[in-house]
Amino acid sequence: MFDVHEMEVNFGPQHPSTHGVLRVLLRIDGERIIDAKPIIGYLHRGTEKLFEHMAYPQCIPHTDRMDYVASATNNLGFVETVEKLMGITANIPRRAQLMRVMLSELQRISSHLLWLATHAIDLGAMTPFFYTFREREQVLDFFESYCGARLTLNCMRIGGMPDDLPHGWLEDVEAFVDKFEACVDEYESLLTNNRIWKKRTIGIGVLSPEDAIDWGITGPPLRGSGVEWDLRRAQPYECYPELQFEIPIGKNGDTYDRYLVRMEEMRQSTRILKQCFPLVRATPEGDIKAKISKVIRPPEGEVYHSIESPKGELGYYIVSDGKTQNAYRCHVRPPSFVNLQALPAMARGHLVSDLVALIGTIDIVLGEVDR
Amino acid sequence: MSEQTPPSPPTPPAAPPPGRSVDDIKRDPLVADAVSRVDDAVLGAKEFVGEITLFFDRDRIVEVARAFKDAGFVYLVDLSGVDYSKYPGHTGLRFSVSYTLYSFQKNARVRLRVWTDEKWPVPSVTSVWRTANWHERETFDMLGIQFSGHPNLERILMWEGFNGHPLRKDFPIRGIDTGARIYPEVFPEGGGPKAGSTGKDVKDVNVYKGEWKRYGQWPVAQIGGGGNGAKAAAPAPATPKPVAAAPAPAAPPAPTDEEETE
Repeated sequence: MFDVHEMEVNFGPQHPSTHGVLRVLLRIDGERIIDAKPIIGYLHRGTEKLFEHMAYPQCIPHTDRMDYVASATNNLGFVETVEKLMGITANIPRRAQLMRVMLSELQRISSHLLWLATHAIDLGAMTPFFYTFREREQVLDFFESYCGARLTLNCMRIGGMPDDLPHGWLEDVEAFVDKFEACVDEYESLLTNNRIWKKRTIGIGVLSPEDAIDWGITGPPLRGSGVEWDLRRAQPYECYPELQFEIPIGKNGDTYDRYLVRMEEMRQSTRILKQCFPLVRATPEGDIKAKISKVIRPPEGEVYHSIESPKGELGYYIVSDGKTQNAYRCHVRPPSFVNLQALPAMARGHLVSDLVALIGTIDIVLGEVDR
Repeated sequence: MSEQTPPSPPTPPAAPPPGRSVDDIKRDPLVADAVSRVDDAVLGAKEFVGEITLFFDRDRIVEVARAFKDAGFVYLVDLSGVDYSKYPGHTGLRFSVSYTLYSFQKNARVRLRVWTDEKWPVPSVTSVWRTANWHERETFDMLGIQFSGHPNLERILMWEGFNGHPLRKDFPIRGIDTGARIYPEVFPEGGGPKAGSTGKDVKDVNVYKGEWKRYGQWPVAQIGGGGNGAKAAAPAPATPKPVAAAPAPAAPPAPTDEEETE
């Protein structure tokens, strides 16, 4: 029976804490959430439809616009899927592979920095924003000096990379990486033992490992629930098999654990980058593109391939009819869309202010949710 | 674009692995456990770049899904539909629904597929994997494939009054006349904003004096006596009419709207 104290409230779509245009229809009793219903689609641009009408190389800039704070990984997932479809995965030059890994890991750092800044600001901690954006700015500068763009990078091509690394780029990134771990410590000193931060995050939005898998959750939220699963390790792509890194996992599956997992992931990304520098220097300059035909016309078939994006498993499902230069169908499996689905289950029983913490901890990007 | 493909000797054509027969694929250790339980529902199998695809009887997909889940495929990675109506040389049913499953123990994926068309609903697998809920809603929204037994099959990416399914092959890429079922006085059926229009053919939405369709699926609060009830009822006159429990008569809701939320 409906209680007289219950009421419906719209949270969003225009709300700074929804990180975009997410609308959550809340049924609340006072401050307590009885039920939540995410309503999405405000940023739907028909990306999958556009993919069907464009040649494969033309699709790459459109993948940037899905998860627009982590476009390098979107590019990577798409070009790898097409390469798998064409059967040229093994032909990608080693230097291109290493460059892809470096750009993805820098992108992971920049995406996690943005997450930390917004998540903390949502929970009332203003300071981390200034610190994280200081470093994020530098990462974006690296992207800018590589490909000219800061957010929508369009930085990968089917069969390799568009350009070689600019002179001095490796040294700059190396200098940044050397000091970045101390920066992560600095962020942690602001939050990890902060009493208010712990009160706001510990025990909020607990997900058991079984529930997380049943909801299809991937990425840091899955690892925060204690499932040691990372596509970079489980189904490695590019040159990840030869790189050493740990997969951080949480114990309780709450917002605090997911926070710790992401903080550790930034350190692991630094570790991966450090291993990449000598490997890149050992490869011949300019060897960045496999020899493939100018017209990309993959054979008939269907393929699913996924990579570990900063948000979770980013997959592309491409059906090719073998006759045209377009995908017959290209479906994107966005991590944010799937992870967001668990929001009602996580939010039930918590306060409205905790919903802000939960939206932050899932780390959604609405461009990717709505596509 | 250019018709002639330049010859590219270094690129080996994507060599499909030596074709295995359907029976061989069914005996693959990856899927043998699950397939043995639902052997009579298998309609076919194929393999491409190392990915196994199994075709199943549409009506038994829930049983099949359960068999695969019991065999270790606990994670439904992806569920999507394909409209094959313009596929070269395709005959048979129009749509295909693909289920991509992942097994943590075997560290491998397998794809299940069923065929359907506009008339035949596919049984929903939300009872097997909760994550299927939004995937099926998206497939319904984008392609118009019906899923029977889904707890809340409504549009998810397009707006609720949209008539059309954008990822169908007969849906033009530049858009269609979208119509607007929810504000029938303003936008008659098929009278909504048109793709590429300047907007001058659309009447002002603000003139709408009818009853707004209630968006949520929850029942309306039964406001009895009591202090809070009176308070809650107070803002009602601000809207043209108080929100009624029954849907607006002029706006018949889609049949799927009547289903309860999960």
